[in-house]
Amino acid sequence: MTVWPRGSTLAGIVSFCAALGLWQAVVALAHVPPYLVPSPVEVAAAFAADAPGLLGALLATLSVTVTALLLATLCGTLLAALMSASRWATAALAPWTVILQVTPVVAVAPLIIVWVGDPFAAMVVCATVVAFFPVFSNTASGLAATPPELLDLFRLNGATRLQEVFLVRLPAAIPYFLAGLRVSGGLALVGAVVAEFVTGSGGIASGLAFRILEAGYRLQTARMFAALALLSAAGLAINLALGWLSRLMLRRYG
Amino acid sequence: MMELSGVGKRFADGTEALADVNLKLAARDFLVLLGPSGCGKSTLLRLMAGLDRPSAGRLRWSGLPPSAGEIGYVFQDPTLMPWASAWRNVALPLRLRGTPDARARAAEALALVGLAECAEALPRTLSGGMRMRVSIARALVTRPRLLLMDEPFAALDEFTRHRLQDECLALTDRLACTTVFVTHSLYEAAYLASRVLLMAPRPGRIVAELPGTLPDLRSRTGRAFNARVAALSAAVQDLHVPA
Repeated sequence: MTVWPRGSTLAGIVSFCAALGLWQAVVALAHVPPYLVPSPVEVAAAFAADAPGLLGALLATLSVTVTALLLATLCGTLLAALMSASRWATAALAPWTVILQVTPVVAVAPLIIVWVGDPFAAMVVCATVVAFFPVFSNTASGLAATPPELLDLFRLNGATRLQEVFLVRLPAAIPYFLAGLRVSGGLALVGAVVAEFVTGSGGIASGLAFRILEAGYRLQTARMFAALALLSAAGLAINLALGWLSRLMLRRYG
Repeated sequence: MMELSGVGKRFADGTEALADVNLKLAARDFLVLLGPSGCGKSTLLRLMAGLDRPSAGRLRWSGLPPSAGEIGYVFQDPTLMPWASAWRNVALPLRLRGTPDARARAAEALALVGLAECAEALPRTLSGGMRMRVSIARALVTRPRLLLMDEPFAALDEFTRHRLQDECLALTDRLACTTVFVTHSLYEAAYLASRVLLMAPRPGRIVAELPGTLPDLRSRTGRAFNARVAALSAAVQDLHVPA
């Protein structure tokens, strides 16, 4: 896990501000039309013009993202634990998990929408499918990577299978699980946006992805940029929050 | 205490790790298994612990075989749970068996290895030598009849190794347990052992038994120690182990 030193955080902020300044200068000096590339000031103005609408859309996207991440975490962890406990379960379920990983969600989203019916639930299912694999795969690897000597120690002391899973396999898998969770956090947002694009085209207007589509149709490029900036900020916030959670939970691990 | 007759171990891939091992272990022995890498020392230890089953021969206990917890095992690495404090690591065998006074007994075992003050410390905050002491305390917390040690001091510096060797001898003597100790080191074998079994590879087997030392005469210097090292060295040279 990378822990950024304070100097690096400052460098990140400075480079971000410099990029904004450069963007503003290039757009102004080269007279780039705002429908092609709006300046940062125009993007900020577009955000200010409809802040409640855009923030409401962000909230809708985040509710899909968070629900999907929780579901993916629950399903991924349970499935990994089941596969770690039984070779039969591994043989039976492993091919399905790979199929789930390699099938593009865009291709199955229309089917999910038809099957699930409720638009929110359909978007959550799509985002869950995208976010599921990293947390599942990492947790499964962690459960399999328990030091064999520790498992020997458990056997030597007559431990039950449940004691082995709860006292050593699951705690030993936590660093792996958290690394997977961080990747899944970003993917849940990607899955939510993709699901919104697909369902949005079917007439469901709520999340940021639909706002982007809508602004694109109306050639409101600055509003598109504002929605995009909100999405990026949400992704960054999810990543930082999960990084903080990892550091908090791994303090004892060293 | 334990007798192995004609014990062999062949792995699933056909590798013959051990062949025709015959050995009698007496109570309070400090038996050292000495030999090059790949001669089946650790495999033999695992068979004694019941972690593996022999493919040939049999292993018999005189009297009742030890139940879960009556065999202590110290691995080459301390193998502690990094998320658990020192006392929780030590108390693990008791917790697995549902012993009620686990914390008090773990504290007692930590005191035995001189780490009474470190009960709440996490493994990452301890030095290599201290971690190995925690591992030894964990093996001793159940007051085992048989203590199996698989090259426990191989990764430690010379100063810590000497200190831990002495502490280990004092503890096994105090707890009156029988010890089987695996090592590559002639010096370690010459210093610790009451008996030395020399092993050779391909397949792993016992090729010679050499006398060790009497507890009261243990020393790392002097004519007797040098003679034991010389005898072990000569026996090892006779093995003609290919590089």
